[in-house]
Amino acid sequence: MTDTSVIEAPRSQWRDIWDQFRTHKGAMLGLIVVGMLLTFVIIGPLFWRAEPILVDPDAAKMILGRNKPPTWDHPFGTDQVARDIMARLMLGGKVSLAVGFVAMAVAIFVGTLIGVLAGYFRRLDGPLMRLTDLFLSLPLLPLLLVLVFLYGQAMRNAFGINLGTFFIIVIGIGLTSWMQVARIVRGQVLALKEQEFVLAARSIGTGSTNIILRHVLPNVVSPVMIAATLGIANAIITESVLSFLGQGFQPDFPTWGSMLNYAYNNQTYPIQMIWPGVAISLTVLSVNYIGDGLRDALDPRIRGR
Amino acid sequence: MLTYILRRLLVAIPTLILISIVIFLLVDLAPGSPASEIPLTVPPEVRARILESLGVNEPIHVRYLLWAKQFFWTEPLHGIDAAFGTDWAGDSQRLISYQSRVPVFAYIWQRLPQTLTVIGSAYLLAVLIALPIGIYSAYRQYSWFDQVGTFVSMIGFSVPTFFTGLLMIMLFTTKLGLFPSIFDTNLRVTDWSSFLKMLHQMTLPVVVLALFNAAEISRYTRSSVLENLGLDYVRTARAKGLSERKVILKHVLRNSLIPVVTVIALGMPTIFAGAIVTEQVFKINGIGAALIGAIVANDLPVVVTIAFITAVLIVFFNLIADILYGILDPRIRYD
Repeated sequence: MTDTSVIEAPRSQWRDIWDQFRTHKGAMLGLIVVGMLLTFVIIGPLFWRAEPILVDPDAAKMILGRNKPPTWDHPFGTDQVARDIMARLMLGGKVSLAVGFVAMAVAIFVGTLIGVLAGYFRRLDGPLMRLTDLFLSLPLLPLLLVLVFLYGQAMRNAFGINLGTFFIIVIGIGLTSWMQVARIVRGQVLALKEQEFVLAARSIGTGSTNIILRHVLPNVVSPVMIAATLGIANAIITESVLSFLGQGFQPDFPTWGSMLNYAYNNQTYPIQMIWPGVAISLTVLSVNYIGDGLRDALDPRIRGR
Repeated sequence: MLTYILRRLLVAIPTLILISIVIFLLVDLAPGSPASEIPLTVPPEVRARILESLGVNEPIHVRYLLWAKQFFWTEPLHGIDAAFGTDWAGDSQRLISYQSRVPVFAYIWQRLPQTLTVIGSAYLLAVLIALPIGIYSAYRQYSWFDQVGTFVSMIGFSVPTFFTGLLMIMLFTTKLGLFPSIFDTNLRVTDWSSFLKMLHQMTLPVVVLALFNAAEISRYTRSSVLENLGLDYVRTARAKGLSERKVILKHVLRNSLIPVVTVIALGMPTIFAGAIVTEQVFKINGIGAALIGAIVANDLPVVVTIAFITAVLIVFFNLIADILYGILDPRIRYD
């Protein structure tokens, strides 16, 4: 009975990553804040049932209730047509975050697709990378504005006012922010496809599709995850810029950006500007911190030291 | 070096052509015909000439060539005519803004100085703030200065410029009444007092734009200096007894600024996009405001021209960045 050394239970890679992530204070705080914001915008409306969009038809009541400072009835005050700002923040946040996530998903999908194709198939590499370079030298914000302006009406006619705007914004942001992802993925794939396990897979007769799906893609997950977090932050800012410039959603339909725009034109009550502005900044800051933490956690050179 | 520059210039031309095709297709494929976009206030004979110069009934590649001719041939000729009093362009139709009915390039030319002064000084200020902060926080890595600097720069590029702008207006204009929130475009700098007035009204927008860009540049500087501090030549420099000051400012700084310079050059076009928002917030009558105004008023020629000019700027600064890199870094050979 000399062998008393304890054999540690095998640990998965994701467990290691989580342990490393937990040591990054900023990232943990960011995760908590994002969790709270998500709860606020998703669970919040179930309990807080004030009307966010429609104006009170009773004109006298509406006029008396305008631009009120925070009270117990309206914890964030009311706006210039007496709607409850907290309800609007919840709905607006839901829209802003949804735009962020979906636009990021579009960008990641396009970027990964192009990156994998360019990295894996040598013949496609040249043209696809030229395409990426071309997109990188396009004036993105002006083009996005032009895109929303020219195609927005057609999309609104096809899918209804708010859904159409949502689609055009999400597609626009997605199509103008996939380039970094494509570059990162291509670089990874170029290195991966020379490795032995890919050779082994090919020598037992695995087709290209299966090699990509089962052997290459799982190995590019970590850089893509980092790019995805930063992509969410970028998409949320871009949507709020579009709405702030009056080119996003209709003004009565709240997003954090359009609420800010609305309040900017009503500067007598600066408090109305603070709430959506703080919400955007807080979200983006937390998401950036999460990205920072992920970068540390997913880097095997830092992890485990 | 010269052959390299020439080669890069030649590569820039197809890029520009491709970009112009993208922009043209984006506008051309949009629902609604160009004829319906021309407002009724435009006189019928001008309308007919605009339609003719657009080649409405021609196939798509002819339309593109006509469009490109307008941009790269007719408009420059008019520009030369205006500058030297020649008459090369004759009476060919110019690109007309639907909104103000003046030639688009004349309209943009009027708006350009405001944008350039604000953007230029903001970027200069950003670089001046960012470099010392980046260098010092790398030199004292993990000190309180570094921690604060990292946190502030994280906030700097997380908080969108329109919110910082609004906060500044609230604080300095509404509460303290120190700075104006609206930019007076008619102000001409003729003497000392009008110069001071210009400086006064430029403060808020410049600071807002500068803070945002300084955040990014200082992070690049920090990581670049950090990378160099660990290299052997720094140890050699210290071992031969150079003062810390010399080691950092002469040896490390020179090497670590190479990538930073490229980042600064590549950032020029993005600050142009940032200016769209800042101009809107501070009501500066520049290019960005012209773009938004044109979009709101359905003024397609102005919108397209501004988008294309920004694209040209991006290609130009990419070129500058590449050439600078080649000049600054002797390790890179191009032949």
